[in-house]
Amino acid sequence: MGMMADRPNERGRYGVYGGRFVSETLMAPILELTEAYHQLRDDPAFQAELAAELRSYVGRPTPLYEAKRLSAEAGGARIFLKREDLTHTGAHKINNTIGQGLLARHMGKRRIIAETGAGQHGVATATMAARLGLDCVIYMGVEDMRRQAVNVYRMRLLGAEVVPVESGSRTLKDAMNEAMRDWVTHVADTFYVIGSVAGPHPYPMLVRDFQSVIGREAREQAQEALGRLPDCLVACVGGGSNALGLFGPFLDDPDVAMVGVEAAGHGLASGEHAAPLAAGIPGILHGSRSYLMQDENGQILGTHSLSAGLDYPGVGPEHSYLKDLGRVRYETVDDREALAGFRQLTATEGILPALEPAHAVPAAMRLAGELSPDQAVLINLSGRGDKDIDTVAEVEEGS
Amino acid sequence: MSRLDRCFRELAEEGRKGLIPFLTAGDPEPGATVGLLHALVSSGADAVELGVPFSDPLADGPVIQRASERALVHGVSLTDVLAMVREFRADDDRTPVVLMGYANPIERMGPARFAERAAAAGVDGVLTVDMPPEEAGEWTRPFPEAGIDPILLAAPTTSGQRLEAILEITRGFLYYVSITGVTGAGGLDAEDVAEHVAPIRARTDLPVAVGFGVRDASSAAAVANSADAVVVGSALIRTIAEHAERADAGQGLEGALRRQMAELRAGVDGLGGEEGGSG
Repeated sequence: MGMMADRPNERGRYGVYGGRFVSETLMAPILELTEAYHQLRDDPAFQAELAAELRSYVGRPTPLYEAKRLSAEAGGARIFLKREDLTHTGAHKINNTIGQGLLARHMGKRRIIAETGAGQHGVATATMAARLGLDCVIYMGVEDMRRQAVNVYRMRLLGAEVVPVESGSRTLKDAMNEAMRDWVTHVADTFYVIGSVAGPHPYPMLVRDFQSVIGREAREQAQEALGRLPDCLVACVGGGSNALGLFGPFLDDPDVAMVGVEAAGHGLASGEHAAPLAAGIPGILHGSRSYLMQDENGQILGTHSLSAGLDYPGVGPEHSYLKDLGRVRYETVDDREALAGFRQLTATEGILPALEPAHAVPAAMRLAGELSPDQAVLINLSGRGDKDIDTVAEVEEGS
Repeated sequence: MSRLDRCFRELAEEGRKGLIPFLTAGDPEPGATVGLLHALVSSGADAVELGVPFSDPLADGPVIQRASERALVHGVSLTDVLAMVREFRADDDRTPVVLMGYANPIERMGPARFAERAAAAGVDGVLTVDMPPEEAGEWTRPFPEAGIDPILLAAPTTSGQRLEAILEITRGFLYYVSITGVTGAGGLDAEDVAEHVAPIRARTDLPVAVGFGVRDASSAAAVANSADAVVVGSALIRTIAEHAERADAGQGLEGALRRQMAELRAGVDGLGGEEGGSG
C-alpha cells in the first residue's frame, strides 16, 4: 500500500510528530474511539452508509471546474478548482463531521461537542447533529463570534448551543482548549468532533481519512479532464484538513507537486501571522507534537489572520512530517494578497471563495505563471465566501 | 533517601496524612512566590506543588487559568520557576517541591536539560498533566537519571491495564485525579474516590495523593480517609485572586492563606467537624 496507509504508526506518530499528549482522564475515550474507528474503517456496511450520506446529503461528488479566465490572467498552466464550496453547508468540513457523526452514533454517544474558528466546522457539526438527532454544543471564541456572526446564528437555528469563549486570544485555539475541558468533564457520554487533522491520535488520521474523498474524486476527475494527473496541487493550511484531504491520495505520485499555503497575516516579519510551518518550532499542544508558534519559553504565541479559519498557532502533525520530508512545499500568503485573490476569483470566474482558500489563489497563480499551458494546477476551493463578505467590506472601508 | 520518600515515610510513621498545597509560580507576582511557599510550609504543608504557568492550561478550571494569566503578565518562565525553587531551597532543604504543569515549556527546554537544571535547583518531582504513560515512558526517562521523580496521574477512567503502565513509570507518589473534570470543579465524591483508590493500593506500595476538587476542610477530611496526602489548589488560589484584585495586593494575603491552611490541616488531621473547636 501507499505512503498514506503506512502512517501513522501504532502510537499515532508521523515520524517524531503526532502522538497522544492528553490528560490521563481522556485516554479512555481516545482508546475507545481508536478501537471503534479501526473496526468501522474496514466495515463495508459503515463505508456504504458513509458513501450514501456523502452522495445524497452532502452532494458529492463535487465538480472539478476549469477556471479559464483565471488561468488566462495567470498566463501559464491551466487552473482547475475542486469545488468543495458547493457541498451542503458550503465547505469541506461537512465531509468529516458526517463521518464522525456516524462514528458517534455507532459508539452510542448522544452528545456532540466541537470547537470552531470561522464557524464552518461548527455549522457542519451542528448540521450533522440535527441530521442525526444528537445534542450539540459548539465552543467559539468571542472574537470569532464577532467576525462570523451569521454562522453563529446558523448554528443556533440548527439547534446547537454556542458557548462563547472569553479566555486567551478568544479565537480557535482557546475554543479548542474549552472543548477539551468540556470533554474531560463529560467523558462518558460525549463525542468530541475535532474539525482538523490536529489533536491527539486518532483524530489526525481519521479526519484525514474522512477528507480524502476530496483527493480520490479529484484524481478521477483529473484523469477524465486531462487524461493524466495534475502537475501541482495547491491548498490553504490552517490545521490542514482540506490540504491533506486533497494531497493524501496523490502522495505516492512523485510527479504531482504539492503546495500548502499558510496565512502570513500582516507578514512573517511582523510576527502577526498564523504560519507555524514557515516560522514556528516543533512543540506540544492540543494532544500532539507538531510545528507550533511559540516563544523561547514554550508559551504559545497569539496569531493573526484575516481568515478566522486559519487563525491557529499549530498545524496537523502529518503536515510537519511532510514538510521535513520535503514532499510538500509550504508557502505563505498575507492578508492583502489573500484579499486580492478573493477579489480576483470573484471577478474573473463568478466564484466567491472563503478567505481561507482565497490564500491558495495567489499562490496557485504564481505557480501557474511559471508553468506552461500544457500543464495543470489544481486548487482545493475548500469553502464559499458568503460568510466573509462583512469582513471584506470592513477591511475595504478601513483602507 | 529522596525528600519525597522521607516525607511520606515520616507521615506513615506518625500515622498522619499529608497536606500538599498548590500555587502557581509568579502569582500574583513573581516576588511573592518564595515567601508564600515558606508561609505554606510553616502553616502545615508537608510538601508543596508549584505550578509552571502555561498559556493554554487545558486541564485547569477558570481559577488556575487566571493564576497562569496573572503570572504570564510578568513573563514568568520555566527558568524563572527554577530560580524560585533555588531561592526557596536556601532556607528550606527539607520540604519536597513538586512542579506541576504542561509538556511544552519542558519540551522547549529539552527534557534532559530541564531535569538536570531542576535537580540542581532542588526540585523533587515533576507532574506533567498532558503526559500519559504511552508518551511519558520515553519523555521522562532523563528525570530519574537526574534524581527527579516523574509523577503520573491516574483518573477515574483509568483501567487496570493502564494502571500497570502508570505504576511502571511513576515515582515518589501516584497522583489520583478525584473527578472527571478540570481542576477546581465540583462533584467530589469521597466514597467514589475510596472505591478507586483501593485497587491502586492493592497493586503498589507507593503513596497515593488525591487532588482536583478538594475545596475545604470537610472535603479534605473526607478524601484523607483513603489517601496518603491531599492536594489543594483552586481553593487557595481563589484567596490569592481576591487579594490580587485589591490595591494593597500583598497586604493580608499571607495571613489569609495561613488561616485557610490551618483549617485544611485540621480537616486532614481529622480535627474538624464534630470534634469542633480544636483548630
